[in-house]
Amino acid sequence: MLYAIRSLPFLWGGLLITLQVSALVVLLSLIAGVVLGIGIVYGPRWIYWPIRIYSDFLRGIPLLVLIFFIYYALPLIGVNFTNVMSVVVALSAFEAAHIIEVVRGAIQSIHRGQNEAAKAIGLRFTQRLLYVIAPQAIRRFLPPWINAVVDTVKGSALVSLVGIVDLTLAIQQVIGRTYIPMPLYVLGAVMYFVINYTLSSASRRLESRFAYIRE
Amino acid sequence: MSYHLNYGYIWTHFSKLGWGLVLSLELAFVSILIGMAIGLSLALAYTGCGGLVRRAVAGYVEFIRNVPLLLLVYLVFYGVPSVGGFAYDATESFVITLSVYAGATMVEVFRAGLAAVPRGLIDAGKAIGLTGWQRLNCVRLPTMFRIVLPSLSNAFVSLFKDTSLASVIAVPELTYGAQWINTNSFRVIEVWSVAAPMYLATGYVLLFLLQRLERRFSVH
Amino acid sequence: MTESTSPKPVVSIRAVKKSFGANRVLDGIDLDVHKGQVVVVIGPSGSGKTTLLRCINLLETYDEGSIQVDGVEVGFRDGSAGVRQPRRDRDLARIRADIGMVFQLFNLFPHLTALENVMLGLRKVRGRSSAEARKIAEQWLARVGLGDKLDSLPSQLSGGQQQRVGIARAVAMDPKVLLLDEITSALDPELVGEVLTVVQELAKDGMTMIVVTHEMTFARDVGTRIVFMDGGRIQIQGTPREVLSATGHDRLKSFLARIEMKHH
Repeated sequence: MLYAIRSLPFLWGGLLITLQVSALVVLLSLIAGVVLGIGIVYGPRWIYWPIRIYSDFLRGIPLLVLIFFIYYALPLIGVNFTNVMSVVVALSAFEAAHIIEVVRGAIQSIHRGQNEAAKAIGLRFTQRLLYVIAPQAIRRFLPPWINAVVDTVKGSALVSLVGIVDLTLAIQQVIGRTYIPMPLYVLGAVMYFVINYTLSSASRRLESRFAYIRE
Repeated sequence: MSYHLNYGYIWTHFSKLGWGLVLSLELAFVSILIGMAIGLSLALAYTGCGGLVRRAVAGYVEFIRNVPLLLLVYLVFYGVPSVGGFAYDATESFVITLSVYAGATMVEVFRAGLAAVPRGLIDAGKAIGLTGWQRLNCVRLPTMFRIVLPSLSNAFVSLFKDTSLASVIAVPELTYGAQWINTNSFRVIEVWSVAAPMYLATGYVLLFLLQRLERRFSVH
Repeated sequence: MTESTSPKPVVSIRAVKKSFGANRVLDGIDLDVHKGQVVVVIGPSGSGKTTLLRCINLLETYDEGSIQVDGVEVGFRDGSAGVRQPRRDRDLARIRADIGMVFQLFNLFPHLTALENVMLGLRKVRGRSSAEARKIAEQWLARVGLGDKLDSLPSQLSGGQQQRVGIARAVAMDPKVLLLDEITSALDPELVGEVLTVVQELAKDGMTMIVVTHEMTFARDVGTRIVFMDGGRIQIQGTPREVLSATGHDRLKSFLARIEMKHH
């Protein structure tokens, strides 16, 4: 177990990469997911179907398949992304598809009378969204979204398979030198656990905090 | 863009994809069965017992659900033999990993399902004199299974997609087959344009079949 | 029989038709509502009365005909070649600002206090400053008897209180006409009175209203005119005395008989 503790400095760089990739993906997928989610709820048919097909397709395939495909295929069509960029695109596209569903669920769970009352006092579409729908949608959006963030951090481990030195690959590299796998895997698991458990606890606390607004 | 599509290599070696898909389904199926066994026993333990057992079960669930599956796969395949002194092959190791992973999800599914059994039904069971054990078997479990069928369907399809991770320890399932064709032919777009829809289509077929099963058993 | 000296009606409905698929819900409606009038619309469920009300502020669209509020066509505008085109959201918002609606299910915004519910339209639609909006909102909430509940959330209020906030929210906007959609149907019986009292006072102060309701006592006492709808058409309309004692109109009589039984 001493080996494990002494290897922490080597793992530090990997942890940073994991956190950076995760943060970037969370940000990109949040923006894309919210915009497309609003589009799928309020948009006309010709907006609905492309987004729907995108969301269903990306949620129906494994993340690993998407990462491999984007990583290998992009150079072939002339797009010269770095490793990290390819992987961020793949992960963000994947997570955005899930977030579209979260947004859709959050908005559609709001009673239609709310939108009607907002219309009745003369609010325009953006005003209705901002002052009436969004405040109510957010509390239904946050817990599942935080789950998506946890999934993103877990999914980021797959970038180790295309050569990016995240926490998982850093662990592999240390094991490659020391030949003592178990303590390091356990240490790595603990590190991921700490990150994600903090996030899911925050989610649980948020859920109870918003409970004061009853239907 | 000077890439020309050529599916020849794919069809020649389609058996890698076809049999890979079969293996993926087998892995998912076995894992969910074992996972359900784990999940049900732990859910019952959680519901029926006190503090220490509850914390242990919660600990197991929280740990598995917050750690990447990839790391768990490595931990079980590379890490465990090194301390345990035994060896197993990649497929066995993956089934164990995925079953433990599924078990954690199943605990949550069954725990919520048990809690969702209407109190009225349990009271009726008490009123006609059933013992606790009889109420469990005749009232609570059958009702719970009907309630959780949708969650089970989703979990199974999810697990099916997770079998793609077996490819990293060289288990010859669908993703491994596709990677093999990829590295041997560089027909990237062709191979993934076949493999990805295979996952997608299989997922839809599974959901469809499971929904028909749901309708046959559904109470509500 | 109008109470107003001005000849131009506040709400003018002409030959309005609407279908939901194969179901003809509104089958040629003609109705005028003048300033200060309280028009009460009664009829069995499915008669189209709620749909008609919701067409006036275009929560539902109408297929044919014309609905004008203060001279402005609500549902359509004149397109390029003189062709009628549906209104855009921005124009609709402006039209709706002058029409107030109170809903059967209250539809208060649950994340805002009573005061904030009433202030929202004043600030964002009427463009008032925060201080002005607060003053107006406080006045109206006091008038509906909720001066001590300004900072309560809807979940902390009874049904009757919530509905009174709904009324305050609608009238604070100073609408040209107030639409009331079965506003007491979802209330416990003992709470109905407090809401109807508020509406009665508004009527006395000259608010133009179109009320869809089952409360016959209210219709008789407060209504200027009663309109009986059935099967998507106006079957009979007139003063309360004329309509409620109408002999020879079978459908109306059986409808009234059913309502009487329900209330006894």
